Amino acid sequence: MWEYTDKVKDHFLNPRNVGIIDDADGVGEVGSLACGDALTFYFKLDENGKIAEAKFQTFGCASAIASSSALTEMVKGLTLEEAKKITNEDLADYLGGLPKEKMHCSVMGRDALEKAISCHLGEAEKEVEGEIVCECFGVTDIEIDRVVRENHLSTIENVTDFVKAGGGCGNCHDRIQEIIDGIRGTVHPKRRNSPALTNLQKIKLIEESIEREINPNLKKDAGRLELVDVDGNRVLVRMGGNCASCIKSPVTLKHYVESKLRELVAPEIVVEEVP
Amino acid sequence: MDVIYLDNNATTKVAPEVIEAMLPYLSEYYGNPSSMHSFGGNVGAEIKVARQHVADLIGASPDEIIFTSCGTESDGTAIRAAIESNPTRKQIVTSRVEHPAIKNLYETLSKQGYHVTFVPVDNEGRLDLDYLYKSLNDDTAIVSLMWANNETGVIFPVEEISRQVKDRGITFHTDAVQVAGKIPIDVNNTGVDMLSLSGHKFHAPKGIGVLYIRRGTKFSPYMIGGHQEEGRRGGTENVASIIALGKAAELAKQHLEENSYACVSELRDKLETTLLERVTNSMVNGETKNRLPNTSSIAFEYVEGEAILLMMNEHGICASSGSACTSGSLEPSHVLRAMGVPFTAAHGSIRFSLSRYTTAAEIDFVIEKMPPIIARLRELSPFWKQKEKVNS
Repeated sequence: MWEYTDKVKDHFLNPRNVGIIDDADGVGEVGSLACGDALTFYFKLDENGKIAEAKFQTFGCASAIASSSALTEMVKGLTLEEAKKITNEDLADYLGGLPKEKMHCSVMGRDALEKAISCHLGEAEKEVEGEIVCECFGVTDIEIDRVVRENHLSTIENVTDFVKAGGGCGNCHDRIQEIIDGIRGTVHPKRRNSPALTNLQKIKLIEESIEREINPNLKKDAGRLELVDVDGNRVLVRMGGNCASCIKSPVTLKHYVESKLRELVAPEIVVEEVP
Repeated sequence: MDVIYLDNNATTKVAPEVIEAMLPYLSEYYGNPSSMHSFGGNVGAEIKVARQHVADLIGASPDEIIFTSCGTESDGTAIRAAIESNPTRKQIVTSRVEHPAIKNLYETLSKQGYHVTFVPVDNEGRLDLDYLYKSLNDDTAIVSLMWANNETGVIFPVEEISRQVKDRGITFHTDAVQVAGKIPIDVNNTGVDMLSLSGHKFHAPKGIGVLYIRRGTKFSPYMIGGHQEEGRRGGTENVASIIALGKAAELAKQHLEENSYACVSELRDKLETTLLERVTNSMVNGETKNRLPNTSSIAFEYVEGEAILLMMNEHGICASSGSACTSGSLEPSHVLRAMGVPFTAAHGSIRFSLSRYTTAAEIDFVIEKMPPIIARLRELSPFWKQKEKVNS
């Protein structure tokens, strides 16, 4: 069971400002049914440009409902300039904190608020900005970059807690790590373009590429690749899992595994399967 | 506030008779059953009685029963014993809807070079038998299938499958944790070589499990130590829990003979049909024909499971959910996904699991409380309004 604060429980069991504003000045919709949570946020301004009324509808868990309810309370009486400054941390703090696995609920609230403000300012609904990193939850590199910077995140797990990215199939873990490394100033070994690798370095890099890049992809089809040996530029591998019995595995080996290793390690690599 | 406990597939109440039977072994009868003196020896004699009761529950002989610490240990021991006894065979066949107790072991074994074949199920949760039989070959070390699913209660035809598998000379293990005490088990009608049970699922305490090993099955112990359990599981016996398990097995058998689960399934059916009537856009997950008598998994569309559970909790009603938010993962239950249950329904799935202690008054209370909970959450949900607009 999650440890929710009394304030979270209160906002969940007695949510404030539930509903729709038909003549709203701004509406922000985020999330989806498939993702497991979604929020529609409405606000109406008074003659002084301050938020007079805010309402919401939320599909999701207790902390998603509580975060939405808290958001509507927090923005009341603020100008849009002031409302814009609300961060996901402010939302979580208002509720006395959220379990770390539930921080994405506060991010969802913040996102809905931003969308509603852009909607009011007449800014065209931004097409997905940046490049989609997590396909399971539709999260872009720009969103990940922002959440890492704002909340000082350092691991993939943190990123998953805050924006869900990486919480599904796991294929995007490498890319998330790259973004984190980029911000933290650490250099990812994969991106090193070293002209001459020692044998040991090469083996390490091959191993790492298989574990981090290739196997997570093969795992989608319950397949697996095992490194058996490296002899010069010959990489000897064994196919496991479903790959072992899959008639397409020679194709996978040449078209995917070999080209991936050529890209990541050295262009001369030749991959061979051993029984 | 009274607790209404409809989460019996998670764990059960320890029967009062069971507590009464075990207590003296936590106080006055503390002897070690392996000792030479009669103070310890008498305890050994009671363990023998308990072993007989457990054997009787599943139609086995006492020497085919070993006591373990839990269902997970039994499962792990069985799988490891099978692959160690068949070192040249590298394939394991199982289903896509197994319990995490065993599912996560396969991930470890795949890393060690084993090929694990996950047999799919259809949208009613029924196993694809054709796929299963076609997967079997000379490389198959073991087939392991749950007898009944913990989330949906759907029962696999383990009697038939195990005979077919055995005919091909392959070891068969079943995780019968959800079945014990709910439907009769007779290993003599099956080709099952190994079978796992867990005490706390049928009114014994937590911390005690059983592995049935058919005579003649190749076995190697997982826990190596003293001579206990004929050398098949070392370690001083968890005496009080074994006595408790024996009593629980004896009671379970009596209740099966008296067919008391007919009452449980009547209550379950009442709960299910009334909720489906009173709550629109709700449906049962899994086939209803071959199903445990105590389990009902109901999907309430357009609402989220954790929110439902917490509102139920306000009324003291305990159940569980297939939703993502309850488990700490972000995706809904692997069982519901394997069945192809759409996201609209999977996120809002609630499992009710009854026991012989469940009363008609409790079911009436739940029937009264559930519809307003779902209605309230749907009021909050943006999708529900959209859906109504589309329909009107």
